[in-house]
Amino acid sequence: MPQRIFITGYGIISCIGRNIGEIYSAMHEGRSGLGRLNRIDSALRNEFPVGEVPFTNEQLFSLAGIEHREGYSRNALLGLIAAKEAFKHGGLDRHPGMKTGLISATTVGGMDQCEYFYEDFLNNDSKNAYIDSYDCADSTEKIAKELGITDFVTTISTACSSAANAIMLGARMIRAGKLHRALTGGCESLTRFHLNGFNALKILDKEPCKPFDQHRAGINLGEGAAYLVLESEESILKTGNVPLGELAGWGNSCEAYHQTASSPDGIGAYLAMKKAIEMSGLMPENIDYINAHGTGTDNNDLSEGRAIEKLFGDKIPKVSSTKPFTGHTTSAAGSTEAILSILCLQHQVIWPNLNFREQISELSFSPVEKMITNIPVNAVMSNSFGFGGNDTSLIFKKVILNINNKLTN
Amino acid sequence: MNEKHTPVYINGIGIVSPQKPLRAEGLLTEPVSYHASQLRCPDPGYKEYIPAELIRRMGRIIRMGVTASKICLKDAMIRYSPEHENPINPQAIITGTGLGCIEDTEKFLTSMIKNNEEFLTPTSFIQSTHNTVAGQIALLLKCHSYNFTYVQRGNSFESALIDAITQMKTGEFGNVLVGGFDELTQHSFAIMNRMGFWKRKPIDNLQLLNDHQRGTVAGEGAAFMFLEKQKHSGSYACLRGVEIFHKPASNNDLRHRLNKFLARHDLTEKEIGFTLLGFSGDTATDHFYHELIKSFPENSGFGYFKHLCGEYHTASSFASGLAALIMKSQSIPEIVRLQSAEKNSAPEYILIYNHFRGANHSFTLLSRP
Repeated sequence: MPQRIFITGYGIISCIGRNIGEIYSAMHEGRSGLGRLNRIDSALRNEFPVGEVPFTNEQLFSLAGIEHREGYSRNALLGLIAAKEAFKHGGLDRHPGMKTGLISATTVGGMDQCEYFYEDFLNNDSKNAYIDSYDCADSTEKIAKELGITDFVTTISTACSSAANAIMLGARMIRAGKLHRALTGGCESLTRFHLNGFNALKILDKEPCKPFDQHRAGINLGEGAAYLVLESEESILKTGNVPLGELAGWGNSCEAYHQTASSPDGIGAYLAMKKAIEMSGLMPENIDYINAHGTGTDNNDLSEGRAIEKLFGDKIPKVSSTKPFTGHTTSAAGSTEAILSILCLQHQVIWPNLNFREQISELSFSPVEKMITNIPVNAVMSNSFGFGGNDTSLIFKKVILNINNKLTN
Repeated sequence: MNEKHTPVYINGIGIVSPQKPLRAEGLLTEPVSYHASQLRCPDPGYKEYIPAELIRRMGRIIRMGVTASKICLKDAMIRYSPEHENPINPQAIITGTGLGCIEDTEKFLTSMIKNNEEFLTPTSFIQSTHNTVAGQIALLLKCHSYNFTYVQRGNSFESALIDAITQMKTGEFGNVLVGGFDELTQHSFAIMNRMGFWKRKPIDNLQLLNDHQRGTVAGEGAAFMFLEKQKHSGSYACLRGVEIFHKPASNNDLRHRLNKFLARHDLTEKEIGFTLLGFSGDTATDHFYHELIKSFPENSGFGYFKHLCGEYHTASSFASGLAALIMKSQSIPEIVRLQSAEKNSAPEYILIYNHFRGANHSFTLLSRP
């Protein structure tokens, strides 16, 4: 039997809250974090709503519990705040003999500073303090250094599925016996680069996004970071940590259809979900809820919807996209939504798909409109799809504990 | 974990580099020399591998990466009969890149800044994501398999290798197409120059280690390997294991790590016939290599490679390909040997030790297939 993988800690920051407690409250109250862009001087700031973390970089330093330092990008700060919360929650500072890895995901790295200082990088002969944040691994290495993680440190960049892939890699490294515990997730800060890129593709909505709605008009970008601590069963026996959920399955597939668009029948999404279900040992009807990728673009929601129909037939589980709460946090989306999915298992709730009005005419199902409480949620699927056709699906299962907070079989 | 069981074979190689096409026969008998600060890859004949209408649209790194992957798969196909029509469909495509599609990133960024966020077209943005090359390879092969991209600075390619080996050993995949690539642009050269990467004056690349300016020579390239569980008559080498680590705490720490790495493969330093070292000519960071040499007995052989490909985040992918070619040709090209007086023996094991700017270190171990 392969090792079971459990989540024993998490940490998150997004436009709806700076820690797990605040995020849960906001979700429970149905409070979206979308609004006007305040912290970047972009020509697009009044045009598109975004999910901006409502703190200045100065305030983020204090949330991260470190002194102000030159060379720290917003991306690294967001990552550090969430990673630190997860690190403490999972007690990674204890049991130093255990092999612990950091697997982090990002797409544009320290672009938030690079786009500001770029001319200076090129033309000024002095070494700009932010020049090292030019690549993607900078935020990862800063987090690793701050938390003292050295056994295995790497960075993944597969566009909007990056953080889901980071979680998946952590699980595989543990299963292969290379790590006992892994801190996995992703971070992303809003940048003019991303806003203008998605705007050039004409897939940003000027209104709050409406995933799975007939009149959906695109994405709202967001920023944030989310990290999860993964451990094997064997490791839990040593750490005594209480599992919050089990990562029961994962699947990764490439669409091989188009660099940015999803195929009409969602073949990549279908294969990723199918692989994840097969690995979990569950049947499709055992999935109680799908936290969809649901970006709100014409293309994604139809393609993902069709893939869901193909896999689940006429027994489609409850589906919603939580991006109207958090915005699309791109490389942090996979881990942000993984945590939101685990909260569903812990609190037996299903999150609503805000802003939904009318079912997509080509699809046979509608997303969940209002939060459902007191509903049995034993297995949740979380989807993350990205440019390059990089599609990943994760399945989280509720963990049954005995009265001593120990695993039962 | 003991890693000596479940071997992983290198059964195909594709390299695009500043050198002429690398093959086991006549390996590096005519090394290309440059007087330059940058070693760039000449066109390896893209149109032989990529449809013309696609070449025009692809950024340079995408062309280089896709071409190297195609050369590699074609190479791995040779063992099949000529009638074998179905191309190999890899069970996983795993890539590593330090800066990804940096030229397209720069294009979009520069145009955004210059035009105050107006008049932007999406093409360069679309191609700017780091996973573009892996995605394009999958697209051209119509391959829905596992697809992953690592961006861990000087350990990007090694991260991809570790993933590949791990999943082959756990039985998840029977084969993997794995590659590393980075491109050199005028902006990235300038920015890394500010960071103190490069020598200030052009040098003769083949005299890299005789130049005493700080910094190294800039390079670029793409290298892919096709890994399989099965050994074939054409197998280049056996890929034994890879380890990455951050800046070692001391010289002792470095030697200790080597010792432990080899022990995991039931080996000691004296059994390693040949070690390929990442000497870059940068006096500030080459001392790690000198230290490592001290771990080995006197008659051990050493070589280097960055005078051939230059320094870049994934230069270790060039080194892995080169080491596999050396293993197959059973002789060490003179241009690679650190001291030409050293004996030209056919090594049973080749170790690669590389680091990037003294920060990201790695060991890679190959053996005879």
